[in-house]
Amino acid sequence: MGLRAMLSRAQTFRHGIHPAEHKDTATLPIERMPFVDEYVLPLSQHTGAPSRPLVVVGQKVRRGEMIAAPDGYISTALHAPVTGTVAAIEVRPHSRGVPSPAIIVRIDPFASQRLEIDADRPTAETTPKELIERVQRAGLVGMGGAAFPSHVKLEVPEGKKARFVILNGCECEPYLTCDHRLMLERADAVITGLRILMRQVGAERGYIGVERNKEDAAAALTAAAVDGGDIDVIRLEVKYPQGAEKMLIDAILHREVPSGKLPIDLEVVVNNVGTAAALADLAATGKPMIERVLTVAGNAVRRPANLMVPLGTLVQQVLDHCGGLRPETRQVILGGPMMGAAQKALDIPVLKGISGILAFTDPVAQVEEEPCIRCGRCLAACPVFLNPSRLALLARAQAADVLATHHMMDCMECASCSYVCPSNIPLVHLMRLGKAAVRAQKAAR
Amino acid sequence: MDSAVFIAAAIMTGLAAFFGLLLAGANRWLRVQEDPRVEQVETLLPGTNCGACGQPGCRGFAEALVLGTVTPGGCTVSTADGIRGIADFLGVDVGLQVRRVARLHCAGGTSSVRMVADYRGPSSCRAAHLVNGGGRACPWGCLGLGDCDHACSFGAIHMNDEALPVVAVDLCTACNDCVAVCPLDLFTLEPITNPLLVQCRNPLSGEAARAVCRVACDACGRCALDAPEGAVRMEGGLPHIYAPEQTAASTTARCPTGAIRWVTGDQFGATPVLLGIEAAITHG
Repeated sequence: MGLRAMLSRAQTFRHGIHPAEHKDTATLPIERMPFVDEYVLPLSQHTGAPSRPLVVVGQKVRRGEMIAAPDGYISTALHAPVTGTVAAIEVRPHSRGVPSPAIIVRIDPFASQRLEIDADRPTAETTPKELIERVQRAGLVGMGGAAFPSHVKLEVPEGKKARFVILNGCECEPYLTCDHRLMLERADAVITGLRILMRQVGAERGYIGVERNKEDAAAALTAAAVDGGDIDVIRLEVKYPQGAEKMLIDAILHREVPSGKLPIDLEVVVNNVGTAAALADLAATGKPMIERVLTVAGNAVRRPANLMVPLGTLVQQVLDHCGGLRPETRQVILGGPMMGAAQKALDIPVLKGISGILAFTDPVAQVEEEPCIRCGRCLAACPVFLNPSRLALLARAQAADVLATHHMMDCMECASCSYVCPSNIPLVHLMRLGKAAVRAQKAAR
Repeated sequence: MDSAVFIAAAIMTGLAAFFGLLLAGANRWLRVQEDPRVEQVETLLPGTNCGACGQPGCRGFAEALVLGTVTPGGCTVSTADGIRGIADFLGVDVGLQVRRVARLHCAGGTSSVRMVADYRGPSSCRAAHLVNGGGRACPWGCLGLGDCDHACSFGAIHMNDEALPVVAVDLCTACNDCVAVCPLDLFTLEPITNPLLVQCRNPLSGEAARAVCRVACDACGRCALDAPEGAVRMEGGLPHIYAPEQTAASTTARCPTGAIRWVTGDQFGATPVLLGIEAAITHG
């Protein structure tokens, strides 16, 4: 253990913030969202190329059947969340704001909806190459939010090696408790998934980072990992954004991922606990990605819950199941309150990367913006050591060249700067504007 | 007195003389012959360095003029007299080009497009566009926060009461700044001789399109039918103009929403916009 870790009280990274936790749903067991009549499955719900439809209108599909294939390496498959009929393939509203093509599956009300065990599921004999292909066919993506296709992370690039696998069980975003419940209720699956990941990439040690506010989950994972000393459950200080890849590596291995580099350059692979559990399910029954756990919370939700929701259920239907929204609702966010995106409509489907639906009666950002008072709090909060105040000015001026030299692209939009700013400057919004300017300039060249 | 003072002075004088001669020699043998007309032509140009002519600023345009690779008419900022002055000075043809102006492919002002959410954040179209495409039901249309207005260095764009940018045709130099700044790519530079304009980018059709915005193109296809064969074609829920010279004001007469219009002056001008059906009635 490094000197820095010995000196510090609990393991964590430098900088960051500690927002009010609001983890009121942590005690609520995961319940299953009932089936609805119709499911909307956008072809693009992951990072990378949209999936390519394999079905035609009117075709009967089984629950878990592949309905769209990956279109390229950075792309993944899509499966029917229920047994039913393909009702349409058309443009439907999407949480990104612009309607996009989707497959609409209408449920068969008489089907049992039992998931058949797939004979083609991966086993201990499956080679790493086969598992990559199988995971892509199962449509697994990172469950943390970015929805990056999981099979890409299962491949160690040539000339690199992976010594450590880290599972992110921090769930550092306020309100969200779906990972907490998953670790508590399905600790065995998380450990099994971690073992598969370790074998796949050839890692010698596995770590699960869990914040100290989830002691019961950490205990459950420790108990499940009892055989063999190759897995450590690490209790981390409750701090945001502890769950960010680079922060997690800093906290557990005390190494800093350099600007522009990836964890694999430090011989590390990081995954979410939800992804590990999905991998364990795939190995056990061949179950593809057809549903996910998400937290429905916020002061505008009548009955907050942790729900297992079939993909393609509309956000409106999920909210209705949770008793509906209070009439004074002012804001609905998909994901956590720090990094999630505010929505303008509720007729959008639940996608693979959505970890929460939050609704509030008082919008987070409704206070007037004041001039910067040069207090430097944003600098003290930024986990990647940027100067958000200066970057904001440059972003407003759209000075793409200068932004690039000020490491604009290292920003992961964690919103810690916005959270601490006493002048209510929408810093993270300006960071996004700055990143867009840098990206546009790069594309133009 | 110490002789060191004289030595220092002598060295300095020697160095000065040496470098002076070097510079004088360089001036003589390394001289670049420049056409004096470039300088004179540049003084005749407006000096805005807008780049609308396609050259890197007025100096670049002046050089190209003297070389004869462009004609004075390529300058969209100068007045007709100014251009004639340059043509006379150089003894070349004016080479008038068809003027182009920035046209907005959206007519969805605040009273037309359905608002579904309240956007709060930096008052900039590019910033609003990052948040779920802004607070309007139409994610393809104008956000109305005036990034183009700020970008225009000729004061040719102002936002009207409907939060739509009005481009003053007489001030627009087709410099491309508004085209580049719009996050939705709603501006194009159109020749002023092409009055037929599709003021919508909504790919939806029928009821779905009209539910989003009152002046949306609902892809009824009447304009394509009323234009000469092949001049206007429906593609992706919108009309595409292939042969603008064959079209006439009558092409837009039956448009039920006013998404395709015959625009001869400023878009969204002070005079109320006659929707297709009303215009048809007026024409009797």
